[in-house]
Amino acid sequence: MINVDKHYDVIVVGGGHNGLVCATYLAKDGRNVLVLEANDALGGASATAEFSDQFSVSSCAHWLFQLNPKVASELDLTKHGLALAAENLCTIALAEDGNHLTIDGDKLEGENISEEDRKAFVAFNHQISKFCKVLAAAFNRRAPKLVEGNFTDRITLAKLGFGMKMLGKEDMSDLMRLALINIYDVMEENFENDLLKGAISLDSLLGSHMGPRSPNTVYGYIYRRMGAIFGFQGPAVVQGGMGAVGKAMAAAAAASGVDIEVDAAVSKINIDVDRATGVTLRDGRVVNASLVVSNADPKTTFNNLVGLSNIETGVARRVKTMRMKGDTAKLHIALDGLPNFTGLTEQQMGQRLVIAPTMNYVENAFNPSKYGEYSTEPAMDISIPSIHDTNLAPSGKHVMSVIVQYAPYDLTGGWTEENKGAFTELVIDRLADFAPDLKDKIVASELLTPVDIEQRFHIHGGHWHHGEISLDQILMMRPFPGASQYGTAVGGLYLCGAGNHPGGGVMGLAGHNAAKEIIKRGTSA
Amino acid sequence: MMPHDETMILETPFHSRCLALCEINLWEDWKGYRSAAAYTSVEQEYFAVRSNTGVFDISPMIKYRFTGPDAGAYLNRLVTRDISKIAVDRVAYTVWCDDNGQVMDDGTIFHLAENDYRLCAYARCLDWLMWSAEGFDVTIVDETADVAALAVQGPTSCAVFKDMGFDGIEHLKPFGIARYPFKGAEVMISRTGFTGDLGYEIWIDPTFAEPFWDDLFAAGKLRGIRAIGSAALDMLRTETGFLQAGIDFIPAEEAIRTGRSRSPFELGLGWLVSFDKPVFNGRKALLKEKQEGSRYAFVYLDVEGNKPAEHAFIYSGSKEVGTVTTAAWCPTAKTNVAFAQVDAQYGKVGQKLVAEIYYERELKWTRVMAKCTVIEGAVFNPPRKRQTPAPDF
Repeated sequence: MINVDKHYDVIVVGGGHNGLVCATYLAKDGRNVLVLEANDALGGASATAEFSDQFSVSSCAHWLFQLNPKVASELDLTKHGLALAAENLCTIALAEDGNHLTIDGDKLEGENISEEDRKAFVAFNHQISKFCKVLAAAFNRRAPKLVEGNFTDRITLAKLGFGMKMLGKEDMSDLMRLALINIYDVMEENFENDLLKGAISLDSLLGSHMGPRSPNTVYGYIYRRMGAIFGFQGPAVVQGGMGAVGKAMAAAAAASGVDIEVDAAVSKINIDVDRATGVTLRDGRVVNASLVVSNADPKTTFNNLVGLSNIETGVARRVKTMRMKGDTAKLHIALDGLPNFTGLTEQQMGQRLVIAPTMNYVENAFNPSKYGEYSTEPAMDISIPSIHDTNLAPSGKHVMSVIVQYAPYDLTGGWTEENKGAFTELVIDRLADFAPDLKDKIVASELLTPVDIEQRFHIHGGHWHHGEISLDQILMMRPFPGASQYGTAVGGLYLCGAGNHPGGGVMGLAGHNAAKEIIKRGTSA
Repeated sequence: MMPHDETMILETPFHSRCLALCEINLWEDWKGYRSAAAYTSVEQEYFAVRSNTGVFDISPMIKYRFTGPDAGAYLNRLVTRDISKIAVDRVAYTVWCDDNGQVMDDGTIFHLAENDYRLCAYARCLDWLMWSAEGFDVTIVDETADVAALAVQGPTSCAVFKDMGFDGIEHLKPFGIARYPFKGAEVMISRTGFTGDLGYEIWIDPTFAEPFWDDLFAAGKLRGIRAIGSAALDMLRTETGFLQAGIDFIPAEEAIRTGRSRSPFELGLGWLVSFDKPVFNGRKALLKEKQEGSRYAFVYLDVEGNKPAEHAFIYSGSKEVGTVTTAAWCPTAKTNVAFAQVDAQYGKVGQKLVAEIYYERELKWTRVMAKCTVIEGAVFNPPRKRQTPAPDF
C-alpha cells in the first residue's frame, strides 16, 4: 500500500516481473520504493489466471526457460515460494501421422532421423551455445554506447569483441554471417529433417512478427537459447503457473521493504518541464518521488504516460517508429480429461509440443498476417501444465495453453467476437488433427488476441517482448537510439521493462540492469 | 499555377508583372520558383528601399498553416521562442532546432487568430513538422502556393499604402498585423520585412495578386516605387544584420558533416531561446550548452577599408579563429560589414581581429590583411523602422 507519510525515492510504474526485480534491487540499496500495479495480480506477463470455473492457466508466458539465475538467487525466489513442477522438458515436434520428433537436449528421437542430422544437431547446438556465451557477456549489464568513451561501456565492448575473437576464425565469421541471414537458410544448410527444421524455426520467431525467411530470426533463436546459459536445458513448468513467479518476486520485493499497491493504475507520469516528479493515479491521487521507473513498454510509457507532446520531436519519432506489433495469440482450453494425441503417452503430453511440421508450413502461416489476416493453418507451442501441476484444474481434469502464431494485432475488420470465434474454431480444428478426441473434452476456452493481451497486460500492440527483438532493436539500439541505458530524455525517468536491453522473456535482467544503472548514477540519476 | 510535374520551374502569382519589369532577365531559382535576382541594376534597387519604396516578390517563401486546439502548444514545442507571448495579430521571428539544439531554420510566426498560425520558413520541412505533430491536435497545411506575398519596404512605403486607401496603416506597430478590404477580397498587411527599414509585407489570395501589384505601382509612382531582386535584398539584410539560412548557417537537417550545424547561441540568437516555457525541441542540449559554453560565436565585424571580406579567414594574431559567411560594403551606413563565425572566445564586442581578404582587379589578385572589430550588430538601424505612427516621407 502507498504509505502517505513516506517520501518515496523511487516509484516503479507497473509490477511486472522486471518492475519487481528493479524495485527489489533499489530497496536493497536503501531506497524507499513504491510499486504501482494496474492489475490485481503482480508479475505482468508472468501471470496465472482462472479463465473458467476452477480452471487456471499461465495467461501470457507459459514456460519458464530464461530466468536469470543471478536474479533468482539474489532475490531468493525459492525461499519466497518459487517452485518448479517440471523442468528440462523436451520439445516434441508433432507430425500428423504420429511419427513425432523429440528434441531432448542434444539428442533427437523418432523415426527417419539420419545419422547426419544427429551429428549436425550436436554441432549446431555447440555453436549456438558458443554464440550465447559471447552475448551473455553483455546481457547482465547495460548496453554500451558506441560513441562516448565511457570506461564501463568500453569494458562491455571489449568483452563482446574479445568473446567474438575467442570464437576462432570460423565461428566468428559464421556468427557475423548467420546473424544477418535468416533461420530458413541456416536450417537448410544444416539439416534434412523437416520436423527438426520446423521446430527450430518456430523457436526463432515465437512472439514476433516474422517468418522463417525473415531477417533477424537467427538472432531470435540465439536469444531464446540464452536460457541454456542460465541453466535451463529445456522449458520448465512453474508450480501454480507463471503467476507464481510474480508472487515470489513480489514477496522478495516486500521482504526488501518495497511498498506495493495493486489495482492502482497510473494515468500519468508527472513532469515539471523536463523532469519526472511523480505520478498521477487514475483515481486522481498524486504520489511524488525523486525518480520514476517505468516497467511499461516504451510506447505505452511515452505515448500514454508521458505524452509525446512533453518530449522532443526526435524522441517522439523514435517512439513512433519502434516496431512492436504483436502477431501472437494465446488459446486456453479447459478439458474434461486428458485428450489423446496420436502417438504420445501421457508423459510425452507433459512435454513441450509444437506444431510446425515444416518451415514452409510456418512461412505459409506467416503470410496472411502480413496483410492483416490470421493464419488458417497456424503454428503452435502447446503446454498441458496440469499434467505436472494438478492444482490448475479440478481432479482428473486438465488445462491446455497454446501459443498461436499468427494472429495480427491489426486484423482486418478487427478482433470482433465473430472473428475471435472463427479463429478459435480453426485453431481447435488444427489441434484436433493431432488429438482427434480433443473436441469431446473441451469444457471451455478463452482466446487472447494481441488486442486482448494489450488490454489485459497493458502492452502496446500486444507484443510480449515490448518491442520486436531484432538487430535494429537490441543492445544500444533498444528500445531506440538515445534512450539505451535505461535513462530517457526526461530527467528522473527510467525504463526497466522488456523493451530495454537485453529484452523480453521472463528473464529479469532488464529490471536488474536498470536498477544497477540507477544505483551507479547515484545522486545524478 | 502549374504543377511541378509539368514545368521545371514555377511562376509566382506576380510573374507577369515581374517579367514586364525585369529588363535584364536575371532570374534565379528560389525553392522551385522563378525569382528575379535583379530587375535593372542592383544599386538602384538597393537605393529604392533606402530612399523610396522597393517591392520584392516573396511568394516563393515556404508557408505553413497550423490550426486546431493544440496549434499554439504545438508551435511552442517546435520553436525556441515562447509562443504564448505572441498575441493575436502579432508576428515573431524565431528559430527552431532539432533535439541536439542545432538550428534547423529561422522564420516568422504569424498569429492570425485564436488557434491559427502561419509559419514562414526558408526550407521545406513538412516531414519534421508532421513528426512533431505526434501527440498534438493540430492540422498542418503547406500553403506556399495558396498565398501571394510581397515585401513593400522603404521610407515611403507607408505613404504609398495610405494612398492606396489603407487608412490608419501608419498606426500599425512593428510586428503587427492589419487587414484591409481589396476589391472584394482581403489583404493582410504585416509590418515586417528583411531590410531593417520602415516596411511591410502583404499577403493576398493569388487571384488578386496582379490587380494588387497594379494598384500598388500606380499609387507608388510618384514616390519612387521600384521592383527589387534578391541581390539588392542581400545588401539590405547585410546592412541591417539579418542572417540568411543556407548562407550564414547550414540548416541542421541539410548538414552532412558532423559539427557543421550551429546552435542559436552560436548564431547570436540566444535571445530567441526561452527556457521559461514547457519542453521544446533542443531544450536539453541548449541548457547544457548554456551551462558549459558554446563552440562558436557569430559576430558582426566592422572591417577596415572598402574591400568586402567575402569568404575571408579571420585571425587573432597569427591564429586562424574563423571565417566570414556574409560580407558587403554597406552604402547607407558607409561601413564595410562582415558576418563571421569565430571560436567562441573571440566573440566579444570590441574584440580586434584580422580578415584575410583576397580581391582581383584585371586578373591581378591582391591580399589585404584588414583589421576588423567585433561590433554590436546592425550598422543600419534608423528610428523610422520602429516609429509608430510611421513617419510620412
